[in-house]
Amino acid sequence: MIVPRRKLSFLERLYLPAILSGLRVTLRHFFRRKVTMQYPEERWVVPEGYRGAPYLVRDQHGDTKCVSCQLCEFVCPPRAIRIVPPGPDGPPADRPNAEKMPKEFEINMLRCIFCGFCQEVCPEEAIFLQQDYSLTGLARGEMIYDKEKLLDLGGIHQDRHLKWQRKHAEAESQKVSPPS
Amino acid sequence: MNPTTEFILFSALKVVLVTIILLTIVAYTVYVERKVCAFIQDRVGPNRTGPFGLLQPLADAVKAFLKEDFVPGHVRKVYFWLAPAIVMVPSLVTIAVIPFGSTLGGQQMVLADLNIGILFTFAIVSLGVYGIVLAGYAANSKYPFMGGIRSSAQVISYEVAMGLSVIPVFMLVGDLNLSSVIGYQAQGWFGWLVFKQPVAFLLFLIAGFAETNRLPFDMPEAEQELAGGYNVEYGSIKFAMFFLGEYANMVAVSAMIVTLFLGGWTLPFYGLGEPATSFLVGLAHIGIFLAKMFAVLLFFIWVRWMLPRFRYDQLMDLGWKRFVPIALANVILTAIYLWLEA
Repeated sequence: MIVPRRKLSFLERLYLPAILSGLRVTLRHFFRRKVTMQYPEERWVVPEGYRGAPYLVRDQHGDTKCVSCQLCEFVCPPRAIRIVPPGPDGPPADRPNAEKMPKEFEINMLRCIFCGFCQEVCPEEAIFLQQDYSLTGLARGEMIYDKEKLLDLGGIHQDRHLKWQRKHAEAESQKVSPPS
Repeated sequence: MNPTTEFILFSALKVVLVTIILLTIVAYTVYVERKVCAFIQDRVGPNRTGPFGLLQPLADAVKAFLKEDFVPGHVRKVYFWLAPAIVMVPSLVTIAVIPFGSTLGGQQMVLADLNIGILFTFAIVSLGVYGIVLAGYAANSKYPFMGGIRSSAQVISYEVAMGLSVIPVFMLVGDLNLSSVIGYQAQGWFGWLVFKQPVAFLLFLIAGFAETNRLPFDMPEAEQELAGGYNVEYGSIKFAMFFLGEYANMVAVSAMIVTLFLGGWTLPFYGLGEPATSFLVGLAHIGIFLAKMFAVLLFFIWVRWMLPRFRYDQLMDLGWKRFVPIALANVILTAIYLWLEA
């Protein structure tokens, strides 16, 4: 098929009017409000449900929620999580009647792909993908976050179930509290 | 002091001062380019180094100097080293004949008041292109080679039109000395040759864009097609030389446009058209020249961020089939006008 081309008028063939109107367009943009965001000082609003870096959380009583079940370690696609459970002779949990808690919990942020599987698989709601999207460090070692760092960064999660507290109360009322 | 030592002393002083000022202007033209381009694209541009990013050229220079001066194994060494210098030097030499002010303390504000000034500029300015062609040849790889070829195709298409476009100017002035070109333009309100020879001005301006390898005629560089063109194989300070050469060339062409068409250091009021008698007026003349030059430079930059690139057959078409006939017609019409007037 042949597309008929309109004959250009003399002014159009002269190019110059088109160039002038182009100059007008660029001049308009020159004085327009700029869209640049001065990044480290200004930051964009992180949307609800954003999947940033995964951190461990404490409940509102300041207790570690993780029970070192190692499900997240198992599900993690890039194997960024490493958990050392306390073992049979390890230290007990930091609250009465609770499950074991991790001796060590490390996330290698260089490997983490922010997929959110750990959050999804966690039966204790102990790990959440939070809003941090720019993690920096001067060495590879710095990018492996240990338990203390993850708990500090994770902050408090308002737990509605308080499972271990309720179990403790239940055990107390039935006088079968296990030796702690 | 006898006149010879005085002449040598003052010339040396002027050369040093002009070179320093010129290089500063070149460095800051790069800064202005980045700022203007950012503003046109709704961005803010460099603003971190110093207030408003004013120290950016300094940072760039330090970076260029400190980088490793890498020479790829496959280049033709001698030409590879020669090319950046050939690009840089002619644009600096061109400035030598441009009168950038009237007089200052009894000294004429021009490095060399040649009576064939314009021929000299044309001879020298064109040499800069050989640096680009040579860089394309020296790099010994495909993209620079394409850039070099395009540059040679470009130079033969606009150079003729550029030369022809200024002939009417000298027919009117009757002299090739750039100082007398300015003297001619200092008469009255519409004395500037841009009003007397608008067609010549337009042709010269467009050829100037081609001369400086600026968009819409930046075929040798063509980042999008040739990944940077002739300077692909260059890095660190040698690349910076090309970069500065391009901008120095822009400054040189702007200075030529101001001198030939925009009245040089003159303004048609407050008696600023006469050569200065006092020190202050002398400084004012230099200021006027620089202001006009910056205006032209700004226009060069503005156009770059507006127009898409021509294909190089389109440039040749434009040069040979449009500009050469128009320029010739302009020469003949001017001749007829002068003949009728005489």
